[in-house]
Amino acid sequence: MRRPLLALLTAALIGTGANAIGGSGIALAAETQAPPELHWSFEGIFGTYDRAALARGFQVYKEICSACHSMNLMHYRNLQDIGFSADQVKEIAASVQVTDGPNDAGEMYERPGRPSDTFKPPFPNENAARAANNGALPPDLSLIVKARKGGADYVDGILTGFADPPADMKMAQGMNYNKYFPGHQIAMPPPLSDGAVTYPDGTKATVDQMASDMSNFLTWASEPKLEERHFIGVKSVLFLIVLTVLLYGVKRKIWAAVH
Amino acid sequence: MTASATRPGFKNPIIRWIDHRLPVFSYMDHELNEYPTPKNLNYMWNFGSLAGFMLVAMIATGIILAMHYTPDATLAFNSVEHIMRDVNYGWMLRYIHMNGATMFFIVVYIHIFRGLYYGSYKAPRELLWLLGVLIYVLMMATAFMGYVLPWGQMSFWGATVITNLFSAIPVVGESVVTWLWGGFAVDNPTLNRFFSLHYLLPFVIVAVVILHIIALHRFGSNNPLGIDMKGKQDSIPFHPYYTVKDSFGLGVFLIFYACIVFFCRTSSGEPDNYIPANPLATPAEIVPEWYFLPFYAILRSIPNKLAGVIAMFGAIVLLALVPWLDRSPVKSARFRPVYRYFFWLLLGDCFLLGFCGAHPPEGWYVVASRLGALYYYLHFLVIFPLLALFERPLPLPRSISEPVLKGGAISGAAAPARALPMEKA
Repeated sequence: MRRPLLALLTAALIGTGANAIGGSGIALAAETQAPPELHWSFEGIFGTYDRAALARGFQVYKEICSACHSMNLMHYRNLQDIGFSADQVKEIAASVQVTDGPNDAGEMYERPGRPSDTFKPPFPNENAARAANNGALPPDLSLIVKARKGGADYVDGILTGFADPPADMKMAQGMNYNKYFPGHQIAMPPPLSDGAVTYPDGTKATVDQMASDMSNFLTWASEPKLEERHFIGVKSVLFLIVLTVLLYGVKRKIWAAVH
Repeated sequence: MTASATRPGFKNPIIRWIDHRLPVFSYMDHELNEYPTPKNLNYMWNFGSLAGFMLVAMIATGIILAMHYTPDATLAFNSVEHIMRDVNYGWMLRYIHMNGATMFFIVVYIHIFRGLYYGSYKAPRELLWLLGVLIYVLMMATAFMGYVLPWGQMSFWGATVITNLFSAIPVVGESVVTWLWGGFAVDNPTLNRFFSLHYLLPFVIVAVVILHIIALHRFGSNNPLGIDMKGKQDSIPFHPYYTVKDSFGLGVFLIFYACIVFFCRTSSGEPDNYIPANPLATPAEIVPEWYFLPFYAILRSIPNKLAGVIAMFGAIVLLALVPWLDRSPVKSARFRPVYRYFFWLLLGDCFLLGFCGAHPPEGWYVVASRLGALYYYLHFLVIFPLLALFERPLPLPRSISEPVLKGGAISGAAAPARALPMEKA
């Protein structure tokens, strides 16, 4: 399996087989529209996360996305960073049963989740996930915003980009048309519909609203330290500017004798 | 020994006691306070010390990252995310380290092109230049192996592509690749050895940098005029003049570096590398890090694997041979009216190659990268030797302190306000 792949790859690199791989990639890129560029609260050097949107996004994940998508890098304790209290986090964690063990008798057992557990995945392994999803593997969402060109715009685009396929397009069995997915054929059916969740804060759960909340939440999951990064960044740069101005003054003074 | 004996110097009795037995203080005094430096160095000369700073910064952050990283194919990806999420300031260390590679190469490329512009490689500094090229090659190897460690898709496939280059070697190629991999594909043994070497090579670089500095201090820095120091009026001690100038330069550099680390969208790197390595799924496009792109373009410009690999490695060999390819007796491009244009052409050519390397090899990019590769070779093999024969250099100033008055030198001399005579020396 691996050898022919390597040969093909190497050939493509050296240029002879360039069209085999590079060609199709470009063709796809040309057809697929880039998702619209949206404005996010976390953009810019002072960018921070919208806590309310993160909480709503987590609700959408919990009630809809988590049926198929894992988030293996996230722990329930992380939810405290986006405004859930310690008790709420305990409650959320305890709402799932996780397998632990072996116990003293050598047996695995089920127990309620704890804040230190990772988010419980929907499927025990990749094969089970594929078997339940028409052969497709729902990707883990922990890093999805960092792992896709376009980031949050792309995630928002995919969630809102479902449409009827153009008349001349033949869709493969079980695939769905999406404006922003490379190649347009995505195995995921449209996951959101108006009113699919009921937000406790009274926000109207339109598809656009849920997609936006979800993109906020997934950006935070990908970059949980973004706010700290921006905050330390502003302080560091201000410090460095002052230091550099002082150093310039010292330099001028020392070099005055030479000039 | 005699130097330390004759210098009354150190007032502190403890320093005197130590220095008598272990003359580190006289050594530092000799290399910093006495070390004569041309007084007309411009800001292009800051990049050597910046490169030294980057080396130390990379080693410091790298050692701490290695305390939290696990070089195992099943654990590496998650251990990097553990650093990003759970280690105190781990995200900062990692962003400083991974963007540090970019910074290090920016600094070193400017350092190399400064050397090319001002002829810093010419006698008696040929070995200094060769050691520099060796550092550059070691840096590329270190950076490549470091990029493999997070074990994402681009790590894995980049490692596969680059190690596969060695399969182009006739007869033994396949065996060499198997030996490099430690198996029949890029896998856990490859990751383990890359981690080991990624930790080792920076210290080898430190050793070569020490040799580089010893060779530098033998004849001192070249300068924008490319003429030797003729006496005390041409030089100033390294400390405090260049220590303070380098510190100011470091401040400016750090502001830029911090902005990239803390604010830049691309600070997190290639999206594909946030997908765990998967030997069964090839990314649509495999693109190396930007600092390899010109070489990657040269590699792909030739439709024969072996020839492409030779052309790529040849591009680095040519760089090492510059002191012997450029026969012109004049160092600084300021006094070489024709070379000056070819210098900028070479720089533009490297940008063109880098641009082509970032795009799939088809259509216009193939033609451009072939022309680019051709010019690269022409520049070193034909233009350098021919210029020495046909170029008429401008008259050189008699000394660094003497004002440059006439001729085409005026335009070149506009830059260094510092090349003026010393008034109070």
